[in-house]
Amino acid sequence: MNPTFGSILIKVFAGAVESGTILLLPTLGEVLTERSGVLNLGLEGLMLIGAFFGFLGAMKTGNPYVGLLLGMVAAAAAAAIHAFICVTLRGNQTVTGLALSIFGAGLTSFYGDSWVSQRLTIAIKPMAVPVLSQIPVLGPIFFSQDLIVYAAYILVAIFWFLLFKTKVGVNLRAVGENAKAADAMGVNVVGTRYFWTILGGALAGAGGAYITCCIHPYWLNGITSGKGWIAVALVVFAMWNPFNALVGGFLFGSIEALQLQLQAAGTYINSALLSMLPYITTFVVIIVATVIVRVRHVGTPKELGIPYAREEK
Amino acid sequence: MEGQEQLMLVMNNITKRFPGIMANNHVNFALRKGEIHALLGENGAGKSTLMNVLDGIYYPDEGEIVIEGDRVDLRSPLDSMKHGIGMIHQHFMLVDSLSVIENVILGLESQGFYINKKSVAGRIKAIATKYNFRVDPYAKIWQLSVGEQQRVEIIKTLFKGARILILDEPTSVLTPQESEELFGILREMKSEGKSIIFISHKLGEVMSVSDRITVLRKGRLMGTVDTASITERELAKMMIGRDVLFRLERGDIEQGREVLRVEDAQAYNDRGIMALDKLSIAVHGGEIVGVAGVAGNGQVELAECITGLRHLVGGHITVEGIDVTNASPCTLVSAGVNYIPADRLGVGLVPNLSTVENAMLRKYKQKSMRRGTFIDYGAACAYADGLIEKFDIAVPLKNAPVKVLSGGNMQKLLLAREIDENPRLLIAEHPTRGLDVGATEFVRKTLLEQRDHGVAVLLISEDLDEILMVADRIAVMYEGRIVGIVDAHHADIAQIGLMMAGAVGAKT
Ligand SMILES: Nc1ncnc2c1ncn2[C@@H]1O[C@H](COP(=O)(O)OP(=O)(O)O)[C@@H](O)[C@H]1O
Ligand SMILES: [Mg+2]
Repeated sequence: MNPTFGSILIKVFAGAVESGTILLLPTLGEVLTERSGVLNLGLEGLMLIGAFFGFLGAMKTGNPYVGLLLGMVAAAAAAAIHAFICVTLRGNQTVTGLALSIFGAGLTSFYGDSWVSQRLTIAIKPMAVPVLSQIPVLGPIFFSQDLIVYAAYILVAIFWFLLFKTKVGVNLRAVGENAKAADAMGVNVVGTRYFWTILGGALAGAGGAYITCCIHPYWLNGITSGKGWIAVALVVFAMWNPFNALVGGFLFGSIEALQLQLQAAGTYINSALLSMLPYITTFVVIIVATVIVRVRHVGTPKELGIPYAREEK
Repeated sequence: MEGQEQLMLVMNNITKRFPGIMANNHVNFALRKGEIHALLGENGAGKSTLMNVLDGIYYPDEGEIVIEGDRVDLRSPLDSMKHGIGMIHQHFMLVDSLSVIENVILGLESQGFYINKKSVAGRIKAIATKYNFRVDPYAKIWQLSVGEQQRVEIIKTLFKGARILILDEPTSVLTPQESEELFGILREMKSEGKSIIFISHKLGEVMSVSDRITVLRKGRLMGTVDTASITERELAKMMIGRDVLFRLERGDIEQGREVLRVEDAQAYNDRGIMALDKLSIAVHGGEIVGVAGVAGNGQVELAECITGLRHLVGGHITVEGIDVTNASPCTLVSAGVNYIPADRLGVGLVPNLSTVENAMLRKYKQKSMRRGTFIDYGAACAYADGLIEKFDIAVPLKNAPVKVLSGGNMQKLLLAREIDENPRLLIAEHPTRGLDVGATEFVRKTLLEQRDHGVAVLLISEDLDEILMVADRIAVMYEGRIVGIVDAHHADIAQIGLMMAGAVGAKT
């Protein structure tokens, strides 16, 4: 086999892990948020907020990790607004989420205009994991990445464990499935929903900031280009399971990386068509996942999108 | 008077208001240590509300709660739990997709961060064994029968170390035999010194299981009595405020031709599980066939198939000899099939339309209600007025949304609309659920009247007493089949109970 072909393939998959992580972080966050019964369709806006404030923080401090943190905090704050409207005021979650998306886009375009095309001098750099990165094929794909990618792996494991093996997870799932029952058993429904909505926002912000502090270390309005929406769809694909979110994230990352490589290789396929690939796949995936959820009775938290009030009948 | 030291719990002057209603009106309640105390009252009397106050779900507008001599402030179920109160709600508070273990430890502070399934399973089994029943700790709630789910609820409260157990209408979902088993468990708990509050509106079981009885009527306390010193009839009077009719008069009419015939009907429920399993039943003109059974055995699906709201995957339905299998609701209505659905405000009436609009729903296509393409509101109003007058429906504002009517008046309106169609077949599903005595009696009498006019009536009800009171024949449904049909005049309740549990078929 041609050695250069092999190395290209490894490059494609390494790129897939990177783009996959951008999707994985918001998806993971939304899995948790939705598990608590709150639907947050504002991921795209939250990612943009994370991306912009991450970029801003990195610019001002010269430290991309500080930038990332700032991006997370800003997105978490925006998610707190969502929690306030949906949990405390019991507003319509779909409408609020959509508004949040538009708000994020508007806010970041407004303040971002003067930053367009400026570049970070220091972005987050890859750090090979000793030993593991030496494994042939898998090493360069999975373990020659940056800290954010590794953190994402670990978060998947942590949240999977938390969700299915601990009391925190049982309480979280119960709140999303049957808030009344959870309340009757003394679980703090409001607190739980706030916490996971805000945490989900922070993770979406991390996804956005990961773009501007690492992958594309410059600012463009609308730099997330619909990744937040794909993440919303990926939650269904993942059937609200953190581990499946990892699989879904990397699957979509691969499609994106493939699409980029095809464009770079100069195929005859129209590049606009190629760029549509992830979104077409989204449709397919949603259709398949919906059928599976229907047939196997798993997945959708029963009270997703339904506000809770103790004294209501 | 009783001494303070033997009292477990006292509720003083509890008042709880909901918009437009005083669900509890200065109610006093006292529970002794180690007693089974029944809380008796009709639907809507305020029993659940009072106990929800005790469970911290509702916060009272007035009044105080004293537990073992200390005044307590119960702001949440967690507070109540800390004081040893555990409540088993009418609608179970279980999370379907979680396992028994997960449901039991839900919200518990005593459990560590990591769930040690093995040890929890062991404790669950120990509790179950102590009270002579069995439950699989690893099963998911949705896999369990209603009776088993109730036991999970009991385990949940005991696991939390409850000393005061509240059971809200625990027998409403059980067969008579399952109820007996539950009473056994309650007596066992009592002998261990636990105090039990048992909510019910069934006189018989209250008499058999309780030590004392507190009666509520329309949110007010009617009194607390020793069970040993009162008769069922006196209790009924306390609960209802007057003597009750135990038997309804009926005309002696000859059974007519066969109107409804269901043959080998098969249908799935919403979860895709076979709900009707080759079910067959026939109803004749001039008879009421009561369908008895524990909820969830296919009664809902049966009604929906006959009224065209659910697709039959096998079998046939005929009305007066005409095949109407999978016909549209519209066709069925013109074939003379009318329907009083269980969900009167969701399926029967349109909540946000006015009384007039709801009244004309079956008629608006007719010439008499139209002026060209438009609806003739004058005619519609006159028609609604006619129904309101004939059925004595209390309607504060004819043009206000129908959802503001009381349950009884909604049901009267629904009944009026359907009966005005001169049905050949009337399907009534839980027609008196949640109604007060007056409305209940009215509904039952109306059904009997229809029967006397030669209409075929299929009455689906969870209330066995109701079925015994009005039906001519009783069909018992179990797991999607009619397991037996008995003559209501010679019905043996124990026999029906066994059939409801799937234990036996009919003798006849
Ligand atoms: N959360 C609520 N909001 C408004 N009204 C309520 C609520 N809960 C109960 N009610 C009303 O209070 C009254 C008493 O209800 P409830 O305590 O459930 O009666 P019971 O348990 O004796 O059947 C009823 O008229 C009911 O409609
Ligand atoms: Mg009740």
